[in-house]
Amino acid sequence: MTPIKINTPLTKEAVMSLKAGDEVLLTGTIFTARDAAHKRFHDLLSKSGRIPLDLKDAIIYYAGPTPPPPGRPIGSCGPTTSSRMDSFTPELIRLGLRGMIGKGERSAEVKDAIKKNACVYFIATGGIGALLSMKVKSARAILFKELGPEAVYKLEVRDFPLIVGIDQKGKSIYDKKK
Amino acid sequence: MREMDVSKIKDAVRDLFLKANFELRPDVLKAIKSALKKEKNACAIGILRSIIDNAALARKKRIAICQDTGMAVVHIDIGQDVALTGGSLKKAVNDGVKEAYAKGHLRKSVVDDPLLRNNTNTNTPCIIVTDIIDGDRVRIDVSPKGFGSENKSKIKMLKPTASVEEIKDFVVDVVKEAGPDACPPLFLGIGIGGTMETAALSAKKALFLPFDENNKKKHFRDIEKGLIKDINSLGIGPMGLGGSTTVFGINIVENPTHIAGLPVAVNVSCHATRSASKVL
Repeated sequence: MTPIKINTPLTKEAVMSLKAGDEVLLTGTIFTARDAAHKRFHDLLSKSGRIPLDLKDAIIYYAGPTPPPPGRPIGSCGPTTSSRMDSFTPELIRLGLRGMIGKGERSAEVKDAIKKNACVYFIATGGIGALLSMKVKSARAILFKELGPEAVYKLEVRDFPLIVGIDQKGKSIYDKKK
Repeated sequence: MREMDVSKIKDAVRDLFLKANFELRPDVLKAIKSALKKEKNACAIGILRSIIDNAALARKKRIAICQDTGMAVVHIDIGQDVALTGGSLKKAVNDGVKEAYAKGHLRKSVVDDPLLRNNTNTNTPCIIVTDIIDGDRVRIDVSPKGFGSENKSKIKMLKPTASVEEIKDFVVDVVKEAGPDACPPLFLGIGIGGTMETAALSAKKALFLPFDENNKKKHFRDIEKGLIKDINSLGIGPMGLGGSTTVFGINIVENPTHIAGLPVAVNVSCHATRSASKVL
C-alpha cells in the first residue's frame, strides 16, 4: 500500500478521506502534549474557558522527546500511551483539535468525540524514537517550559510515518485485531 | 578486605546507563531477528524491521533507542569482603545516573513526589536495590525502565494449591490487558514465590537475565515455553496490530515461599527492553 501524504493544517476534508488502517506520511506543524500539559489545559479551561494554543485543525502528538544531541533539532521522539490522555481529549476536540498521534486504544468517549467532530487518531510506532526523530526538522518549546520533557513543543515534521488508528467514522484499527 | 572507592561505582553506573540507552542488548536483538524470520503478517514484519533499523541508528548516532529513557533502576550486589570507601554509595550511584542523563541527552522523567509531581530535572533519585553476596566483587545491573510497560505490570497472591494453569492464566491476562499500550512484542520478567515484595523484585531481576537462556529447572522452563506459545497465539502482534509475535522472551525467577501462599509478579517490559551489567 502506498502511504497517503497529508499536510497541516489538517482540514475536515482531508480527514474525511482517511480510513482506519491507512498508512500516512504527515508533513507540517504538530504540537507535543502529554499528561502534565493536558492537566494544565484542563485546569485553564475550567478556570477561564481558554488555553494559550490555537487548536483549530491542529494535531497533538502525545510525546515527551529526549533533549537534542549536538547538531540535531530533537532527540528520540516516539509516542506515549494515548489512553492516559482520554479524559482530557473531548474538551480539546471541542476547541477544534482535528488530529491526535499516540499509541494504543482510546476510550468510547474519545471515539464518540472523534465521530461527532470529524477528527482522526493516528498511531505511531512506539519504541523507535531514534528513527522517528529523523523526520523532525525543527523543535521549539512554546508552552509550559518548566515541565521539561512534558512542555508543549512545536515540531515541524516531514513525511512522519503514521497509521490511521481511528477514522472519522469511529472505526478503530484495533477492533479487527481482536 | 578489598577496598573500593565509590567513585568507581559512580563511573560504572554512568557508563552502563549510556550503554543501555544507546545499544540494544544482544539477546534482545537476537530475539527480534529470530521472530522476524517466523512472522508472516506484513504489518508486523514492517514494525519488526523498523525496530531493528532503530536499534542500528541509535547505536551509530548515539540517540536514545526510545524517548522514555526510563526511571533509573540500579541493582548492586556487594561482596561481603569489599569495604566501600570515598563517601556515600547512595550519592555515588545517583551522581552516576545524573551524569549519564546529562551527558547522553537522555530524558529526565523523574518527579520528586508522586502527588506534587515536580520534575527533578536530573532523572534522580534512582531506584537502588542492594544485596550482600559472598566474595570481594561488586556486580552492578542497571535498567532504564520505561513506564509504558511498567504501568501494565501486576502482582497476584495465588493460593498455594493453585495449578500451573492458574499461574499461566494470570500471566496471559496481564498481557491481554496490556494490549498495544506496552509496546509489544514484550519481554516478561516473572517472579514466583517469596513474599509480595520478593516476587516483585524477582520479576524485575528476571528482566536482567539473558532471554536466550531458560530457567535451570524443568518445571519452570516448561512454564516459560508454554507461556510463549500461548501468548504468541493471542494475535496481538507488534504494537497490537496483529501477527504471531506478541512476546519475544520470558524469564522466571523462583523463590521459596510460605505454606499459605503463592505470589506471582509479572514485570512487563517493551520490545526495547534495556539493561547493562558490569562486575567490578
